Amino acid sequence: MTTNAPTMTAKTATQNACKLCNPLGACLAFRGIEQCVPFLHGSQGCATYIRRYLISHYKEPIDIASSNFNEETAVFGGSHNLKLGLKNVSQQYKPRVIGIATTCLSETIGDDVPMILKEYEAIMGGAANLPVMIFASTPSYSGTHIDGFHAAVRSAVKTLAVGGAKKNLVNLFSGMISPADIRYMKEILTDFGMPFMLLPDYSQTLDGGPWAEYHRIPPGGTPTSAIADSGCASASIEFSSTLEASKSAAGYLEAEFGVPRHQLPLPIGIKASDRFFAVLEELTELQMPEKYEDERRRLVDAYADGHKYIFGRKAILYGEEDLVISMAAFLREIGVVPVLCASGGKSGLMKKRMLELIPDLEEQGIEVREGVDFVDIEHEAERLQPDMLIGNSKGFTMSKKHDLPLIRIGFPIHDRFGGQCLHHLGYRGTQELFDRIVNTVIEERQKSSPIGYTYM
Amino acid sequence: MDTQNINLLEGREKQVYEKTAGGAEIEIACDKTSLSGSVSQRACVFCGSRVVLYPVADAIHIVHGPIGCAAYTWDIRGAVSSGPELHRLSFSTDLQEMDVIYGGEKKLYKSLVELIDQYQPNAAFIYSTCIIGLIGDDIDAVCKKVAKEKGIPVLPVHSEGFKGTKKDGYKAACHALMKLIGQGSTEGISKYSINILGEFNLAGEAWIIREYYEKMGIEVVATMTGDGRIDDIRRSHGATLNVVQCSGSMTTLAKDMEEKYGIPYIRVSYFGFEDMSKSLYDVAQHFPDRPDIMEKAKEIVRDEIRKYYPEMQKFKAALTGKKAAIYVGGAFKTFSLIKALRTIGMSVVLAGSQTGNKQDYKNLKEMCDEGTVIVDDSNPVELSKFVLEKEADLLIGGVKERPIAFKLGVGFCDHNHERKIPLAGFIGMYYFAKEVYESVMSPVWQFAPRKGGLR
Repeated sequence: MTTNAPTMTAKTATQNACKLCNPLGACLAFRGIEQCVPFLHGSQGCATYIRRYLISHYKEPIDIASSNFNEETAVFGGSHNLKLGLKNVSQQYKPRVIGIATTCLSETIGDDVPMILKEYEAIMGGAANLPVMIFASTPSYSGTHIDGFHAAVRSAVKTLAVGGAKKNLVNLFSGMISPADIRYMKEILTDFGMPFMLLPDYSQTLDGGPWAEYHRIPPGGTPTSAIADSGCASASIEFSSTLEASKSAAGYLEAEFGVPRHQLPLPIGIKASDRFFAVLEELTELQMPEKYEDERRRLVDAYADGHKYIFGRKAILYGEEDLVISMAAFLREIGVVPVLCASGGKSGLMKKRMLELIPDLEEQGIEVREGVDFVDIEHEAERLQPDMLIGNSKGFTMSKKHDLPLIRIGFPIHDRFGGQCLHHLGYRGTQELFDRIVNTVIEERQKSSPIGYTYM
Repeated sequence: MDTQNINLLEGREKQVYEKTAGGAEIEIACDKTSLSGSVSQRACVFCGSRVVLYPVADAIHIVHGPIGCAAYTWDIRGAVSSGPELHRLSFSTDLQEMDVIYGGEKKLYKSLVELIDQYQPNAAFIYSTCIIGLIGDDIDAVCKKVAKEKGIPVLPVHSEGFKGTKKDGYKAACHALMKLIGQGSTEGISKYSINILGEFNLAGEAWIIREYYEKMGIEVVATMTGDGRIDDIRRSHGATLNVVQCSGSMTTLAKDMEEKYGIPYIRVSYFGFEDMSKSLYDVAQHFPDRPDIMEKAKEIVRDEIRKYYPEMQKFKAALTGKKAAIYVGGAFKTFSLIKALRTIGMSVVLAGSQTGNKQDYKNLKEMCDEGTVIVDDSNPVELSKFVLEKEADLLIGGVKERPIAFKLGVGFCDHNHERKIPLAGFIGMYYFAKEVYESVMSPVWQFAPRKGGLR
């Protein structure tokens, strides 16, 4: 069996995808709305596979309903199944919100979901008797899970937000971050004394405590009343480098209600975190609380203590575009060279955004590749000879085969414990990442050194 | 049990049954598609096909459709190979919007040619997903063309997700295998030979089973599909007997082989001492002219049980009186699990499956103790209710059931395709008992709210 990969431009099939499908992202985002059940309009398998996939990372029950298409549904349309499904899931789960996302199947047969929802409302005696229905179109044949995530967040805002007199309130659309990161963001906003609306908030729904009874819908999540208020906020902060205004919740609020949109890269590293805190200082007209000055000081101190171990180390970085962009900028500020920055996503913006953060990108020989899979990445790894891989669990096979340490970040982390508790953002998250990178290099040195590096 | 309390959905009442003394004898409804909106634990047709064919290790498996189906099944099974590992890669045509509009045949053709050139497999399986069933790509024609050009079998698997249930996926997989069977030479195959069907070599289980049979002096022609090889499958019609485990998945193939090649089949199970022993005896009985085979089978059973008996007694002492809930894919597996649990002193309070048939449920009703709940195609709300009401100490299921148990402070044992510990064979029973013991007896549950751990 040969493994000589063909030239990458000629490659047609996707081999070991570095992305997931649109509806997964939507289901995840819907889990961050209070009392919401995600509902996939399509085959049973989509819901089940996505549940299974999310469970392996979050280790929490994840109930996703499905309209369970059969052959007849596919031919005659999913209207009947969707209505029956909504009725059943309402009866069993008693949700206040149902987040409905399409799959490739319902999209291709052209089901007009908003119209079906109107019909359903009429049959059931009006919207007042029903849970709020949030609908996101998420065909799996376009984009990746990130697109589905943003589509669901935007739909939630579009469905619920109302305008009105401006309030002292900031919206934070934090993107697809870990529950631990969400908690940290909430802590920061609270410490600034700023009333806020963070969406989606799955910090509790996907990382909660034990139960005495089965919670059909786990406690936690962004309340619908808070989402409704988002139209009256004084500003929105949105973490993303590649998200276009036309596809974003903050973009919608700006266009519809004149809520200014502050688009920031995910705050990873000192510079990006400084930018985030500067925006908070500007919005609140308050100085960064001392606690975060302390975190920042400790981080700068750590950078100094650890810099020699990692200077010039080469890393291959992969995952969602926004995560890769921000991680790359962070790696540059600590002296690591992310020789390859790769994503299965294809916004067309990745390199442009990276150049804004890393002006010497090309001189450093940093390659940026969109729309790649893991066979591509592995092929590149053979050429680039990195010292480490940084990304989600899907790089494990490559890491094992090439004996490269893998630093797990982002989603999915399903071959390690506690992926949902990892910090990536702000000074605290950066500190964790920095420590892990330095320790990875030290561990490699210990393995190969006869002396053993027992003291620093 | 008050079914009103558990909020059974309209249309599911007949899929839940509690065995009570003098209780009504209802026939459990099954073989139905899942109720829309019911949060079924089932997957789809594609899943069924993928599960069965996945372990064929020297073939490439290409999922024709958008990326999701391939991404979610990338290397999730515990099926191991003694040689090539092509099955652990995830290939997809990753259809984009334009492909959906203009058809995906060209992309499939190019992908196939490219992947076959790159990986030099002995065959290729092409899984068609939901969307292919809609846009009507002629995957048979593409497969035929590529097979001719590349000189290897290129097998279409009609596994469009919405065209039935997981069981239909099993059938589609069996049909694909049937196209391979009969193509190879049967020369030199012993008349004391079998094929092992419905054994997927999760964590090396097929090796354990194979070794028993080989020790008995029986030739194993092919395992389908655990540690599977295309050439073995092609000559498997030369075997004298088909031994079928996981009957839901592979009985179709056994029946087809019986019809076409006159090979009889028997149903077996490799879980638990009792069923494992019986599966060796049943095979031995098929070769009455060789009493040494039966002698050898008895010797294996004796030696193996002797080896694990003392440890098992320890587990039994600790676990006696504990209660288990079972919710697995196939119902046949449940029978073995009930027996296996009884050997370690545990009783069963819930027995359910995703795909059981009428006969399966009838058998279950006979086997179960009073008070046991029997359920078809359940969901998390029902399962959690049963587990709590029946005060189960253990839930046996797959990854999707695991967090239900752990959230509620109940032990768990994974008995699905994703497990990494072998549970088949005598040693498998030991591992099973050990895992059950370690989970049920763990001190962590003292902090569970249901044990008064709520602050």
